[in-house]
Amino acid sequence: MELFIDITLLTFLCITALAITVIRKLFCAVMLAGIFSLLSACLFVSMDAVDVAFTEAAVGTGIATVLMLAALNLSHSREKCPPYQPLLALLVVCTTGAVLVYGTMDLPAFGDATAPIHHHVAPRYIEQSQQEIGPPNFVTSILASYRGYDTLAETVVIFTAGLSVVALLGIRDRRGGQSITTDRSAMKGYLVLRVVTKLLLPFIFLFALYVQFHGDYGPGGGFQAGVIFASGVIIHSLTLGRDRTLKAFPQRFLTILATAGVLLYGGTGLAAMVRGGNFLDYSVLGATALAGQHLGIFLVELGVGVTVFASMTLMYYAFSYRKEA
Amino acid sequence: MIHLPHLAHLAIWQVLFPLLAAPLCLLLRSGRLAWLIATLASWASLAVSVLLLRTINCNGPLTYNLGGWPAPWGITYHVDALSAFVLLIVSAMAALVMPYAAKSVSREIDVENHRLFYALLLICQAGLLGIVVTGDAFNMYVFLELSSLSSYALIALGKRRRALTAAFQYLVMGTIGATFILIGIGLLYSLTGTLNIQDLAVRIALIPTSAVGHRTLITAFAFLTVGFSLKLALFPLHLWLPNAYTYAPSVVTTFLAATATKVAVYMLLRFSFSILGSRFVFEQLTLGKIMLLPSLAAIIIASLVAIFQYDIKRMLAYSSIAQIGYMTLGISLNSHTGLMAGILHMFNHALMKGALFMVMGAVSYRVGSVYLNDFRGLGRRMPWTMAAFVIGGLSLMGVPLTAGFISKWFLIEAALETGWWSITAVILLGSLLAVIYIWRVVETAYFNPLQEIEDDEHTEAPASLLIPLWILIGANIYFGIDTSVPVDMASWAASALLEGTMR
Repeated sequence: MELFIDITLLTFLCITALAITVIRKLFCAVMLAGIFSLLSACLFVSMDAVDVAFTEAAVGTGIATVLMLAALNLSHSREKCPPYQPLLALLVVCTTGAVLVYGTMDLPAFGDATAPIHHHVAPRYIEQSQQEIGPPNFVTSILASYRGYDTLAETVVIFTAGLSVVALLGIRDRRGGQSITTDRSAMKGYLVLRVVTKLLLPFIFLFALYVQFHGDYGPGGGFQAGVIFASGVIIHSLTLGRDRTLKAFPQRFLTILATAGVLLYGGTGLAAMVRGGNFLDYSVLGATALAGQHLGIFLVELGVGVTVFASMTLMYYAFSYRKEA
Repeated sequence: MIHLPHLAHLAIWQVLFPLLAAPLCLLLRSGRLAWLIATLASWASLAVSVLLLRTINCNGPLTYNLGGWPAPWGITYHVDALSAFVLLIVSAMAALVMPYAAKSVSREIDVENHRLFYALLLICQAGLLGIVVTGDAFNMYVFLELSSLSSYALIALGKRRRALTAAFQYLVMGTIGATFILIGIGLLYSLTGTLNIQDLAVRIALIPTSAVGHRTLITAFAFLTVGFSLKLALFPLHLWLPNAYTYAPSVVTTFLAATATKVAVYMLLRFSFSILGSRFVFEQLTLGKIMLLPSLAAIIIASLVAIFQYDIKRMLAYSSIAQIGYMTLGISLNSHTGLMAGILHMFNHALMKGALFMVMGAVSYRVGSVYLNDFRGLGRRMPWTMAAFVIGGLSLMGVPLTAGFISKWFLIEAALETGWWSITAVILLGSLLAVIYIWRVVETAYFNPLQEIEDDEHTEAPASLLIPLWILIGANIYFGIDTSVPVDMASWAASALLEGTMR
């Protein structure tokens, strides 16, 4: 049964990928890219990698699609035909694919219990992480503690992405003097949409908080929570208009949040150094090693969530409220 | 033996200074303060790298467990001779570029973007340092992402509109390169179940050449090599480089030209020698033969193309491609001398290209652009700047008493060891071509009629541009005369690499 599901999903994945390369309408391509992400998320679920699937669904299907649509808003909706036949590119892609196939033929079969990846570092993560770190969801233990430094760097990557977009596009301020009620970007005529959005928003934010603070026990954590929170703000801006959103979440506030998240993560690492441990060694933060790990993971996940939320929202602002050149 | 117990956290501070100073830049209200923070952070980072070098000289390689988790389970920093040497190159260049940036950036970047600019520059520095200092293959990739992403944005901030397309071109090529590297690391992980570099080396050595998994190993190596070659702009994968260097802001070009490609060379060395082992890479996968021809082609073709450039920044960019050819040529000769010459040239090329691109920044600060015509009469109007160009140019050609001579000398020695006279001829030809393209600028600056001067004010570049520039020029001369420090370091790093261990 699982094999059947995998084959179906992979077939769809291939079809979607081909369609993206063929199609010239960029709107369709963006939608197909979202579908591609959703299909990969399903594949991750079938591999029991729910945390990855959750991230892929939230980032790839959700916010990336919205950001690409916002970017489309700034450009044309149809891809220009390249003036040349991209034969060389096709050749390179085919060669790369062939080499990949050649390279993976020697790999242990999918799910093979004797494969090296199941016998070196993974057993310790699975068997001992609960005694060493605590959270039942050992993916969180790996991300936030065993390889917490990678996660710090990834958080800075998101932060950098936000900075880059803002630096390149700039964000228009709220037009001074004009009252919020005359904001034309609001969806004035769509009463149902506006009411439903207002009703839904508290639940979206609540769910984001749940995902943020429940990452120790189930799939979730800072990345996903930050993205869900940002989606809430984006819906707010789409239906209620940019002026209201900019008033509720001003650019300066978001910049400070993005910065604070990175500094909270880094600061947790520094605090561990002050208390005599290595950088990001949470064990020294609490009375016992487990308590310290718990506190450390809580703090760094919070830092991740805050930075991801603020950076994603800033990126959306930059794409939709671009400063006139 | 000096014991430095209080310096136990040295390795992590190398990255933390720029990494945590970057968000601080954004919290400040003015670009001026952001610049101050950035400068202090880069100086602190330089101090750390000097201390690291000393510690390693006395006590041997240094290991630091992040999060307190030991090697295969957590991420480990591992600093050996090669990484300490490259760390010094990167942090020294950053420390010189930051004070230089104050004036240059105020001229080339919008005021409201200054804080963002310094934050991105610090992140780029942290990314490059993080790649070099780490002992974990995946951590290396994450920091590669960090440095690449910030450098795309930094290039796109260039004044001319074509900076955007240049950055996009670099983004596409760079992302392909990074993806190839990620695929390579993924394949290595699936073979061994570990990401730690030393652990990878041990476990890969256990895979016999005929056994299952050997094909995967070759494929991983192929992906890694292509990925690194894209990143270090090895001919013919160099197409992103000329535009990126030409249209980026002067400060960014100076910093990236002096550091980014060197760090890519470092990654190539680390994976080829420390993970796969020199015997496997050279005897079975014939890396030497694969790299030799592109290196030679880079030296000749890129130098030839440089001669015909009228935008001098672009000319220097092509010259960089040729110089990278010298580094990979040294590596491909598969001898201690060759490898050492390659590593040494990373250092010397940073010195000379850093200086030459700083000259470009100074000229563009005063004149506005750096086309060949703009250089007319500059020999008299900007005497210090143009004198620096001449000395930097001499170093680039490889004239005795400059740093460039030393690396060419060892490279020729290595070529003669192999007995291939043709390689020696190519190296000399490359130097001759450099004479031609440098001379074009010198001739225009000193022997062409003076351009009409619109204003009578003194037109030499301000001191804050000249001092970092002349420090680099001084280094070019100093390390051309007293060669002991870089040559010893390079030689030590090369021996350690050839033994196949991270020492």
